[in-house]
Amino acid sequence: MTTVEGAHEHGDHHGPPPIHYSSRVSPAVLGMFLFIASEIMLFGSFFTVYFFVRVVNDGVNGQWPPPPFHRPAFVAGVNTLILVTSSFTMHWADTSVKKGNRRGLQGGLVLTVLLGATFLLTQVVEYHRLGFNTSDTSFAATFFGLTGLHGAHVLVGLTILTVMMVRAFRGHFSPEHHHGVELAGIYWHFVDVMWIVVYVTVYLL
Amino acid sequence: MQNPFRSEEAAFRFVLMTIGYFVLIVIAAAIDTWLGVAVFVVLSGAVAWWFSLRRTQSPPPVKQHPAASPPSEHRILVVANETVGGAELLGTIQEHAGDQFVRVLVVVPALNSPLKHWVSDEDGARDAAQDRLFDSLTAMRAVGLNVEGEIGDGDPIQALEDAVRTFRPDELIISTHPAGRSHWLERGVVEKARERFDVPLTHVIVDLDADRH
Repeated sequence: MTTVEGAHEHGDHHGPPPIHYSSRVSPAVLGMFLFIASEIMLFGSFFTVYFFVRVVNDGVNGQWPPPPFHRPAFVAGVNTLILVTSSFTMHWADTSVKKGNRRGLQGGLVLTVLLGATFLLTQVVEYHRLGFNTSDTSFAATFFGLTGLHGAHVLVGLTILTVMMVRAFRGHFSPEHHHGVELAGIYWHFVDVMWIVVYVTVYLL
Repeated sequence: MQNPFRSEEAAFRFVLMTIGYFVLIVIAAAIDTWLGVAVFVVLSGAVAWWFSLRRTQSPPPVKQHPAASPPSEHRILVVANETVGGAELLGTIQEHAGDQFVRVLVVVPALNSPLKHWVSDEDGARDAAQDRLFDSLTAMRAVGLNVEGEIGDGDPIQALEDAVRTFRPDELIISTHPAGRSHWLERGVVEKARERFDVPLTHVIVDLDADRH
């Protein structure tokens, strides 16, 4: 509040009232909304292109993807299980730090990083085995575009998680102060959700 | 609607919900494409309905009991916006003051548009509120009232809550336009204030059009 007539005394009130952000949106909430909005727009533009290409090419023998391309749905399915499992280990790490269980925090973060790295490595290996490249028709371009965009997010997530893992082994974080783990977890789960959408859309449907 | 990524726990729950959502769609689509579309529509509708239901079932506000003011004085907290300079409001404050030693705090919420609120552009709203408050304080002091003023939050209930915490009033006065012209009445501000604050509350209706004639 702004005091118009200068500071006025309010009896024996000690200290200022606790800060609140009701006049403005809380920076944390606004930041998260803006982040999610920007990510939705980013992925949305890629999905729009993908569906446009799919609709336009649907008439070609009624097959998707158009021959001779194929989608490695099984390997991607295994990769999906790996990434989903990493969300569980991430949640274990976060729950552990809240309970003061450092071993659980460290174990959870190590497993999450390993699973994330496995996902990324599998995706890179699969790219090499696909038999087509980004310049081979619009299907290939949108396929690599969507999965590659998600892969870039995984890479960013892995970097953040690795920093958190190192910090956890250095004795950082406590049940009261673990904002870094919390934010890394939110980001990782977001990456997981986006992969589920990408997997179902690109590989299954 | 709550942000599904407001915390790690909420985000994890959202992952599980996403898995369940897509598993059902994929299974249905594997049976028949149109069944998959139907499941997609039904599930999406159910999710939207669930979110809207959660919004309407918000828990009742916690009643606030402000600490007592010093016994030597009687404190009146006034919340008003465009009606802050109205004759009815001034008369009510004088009437409630009586012969006691009274301190009055006038809070004028910096009302803003939702878009400007979201982008934190509230300079114009605060300037407008400050002008109204200045005129109002001048009028009240002219009749001998011991009055101070503040610009409050854009949400009148939040502005009240802020002022109740620091000012610790003995009574509240909320001034609004008549029914049909008052956004605050339409939003149930007076009822919400009665529910939330355990302080005597007077609702003053100021008809500015009648005042001008």
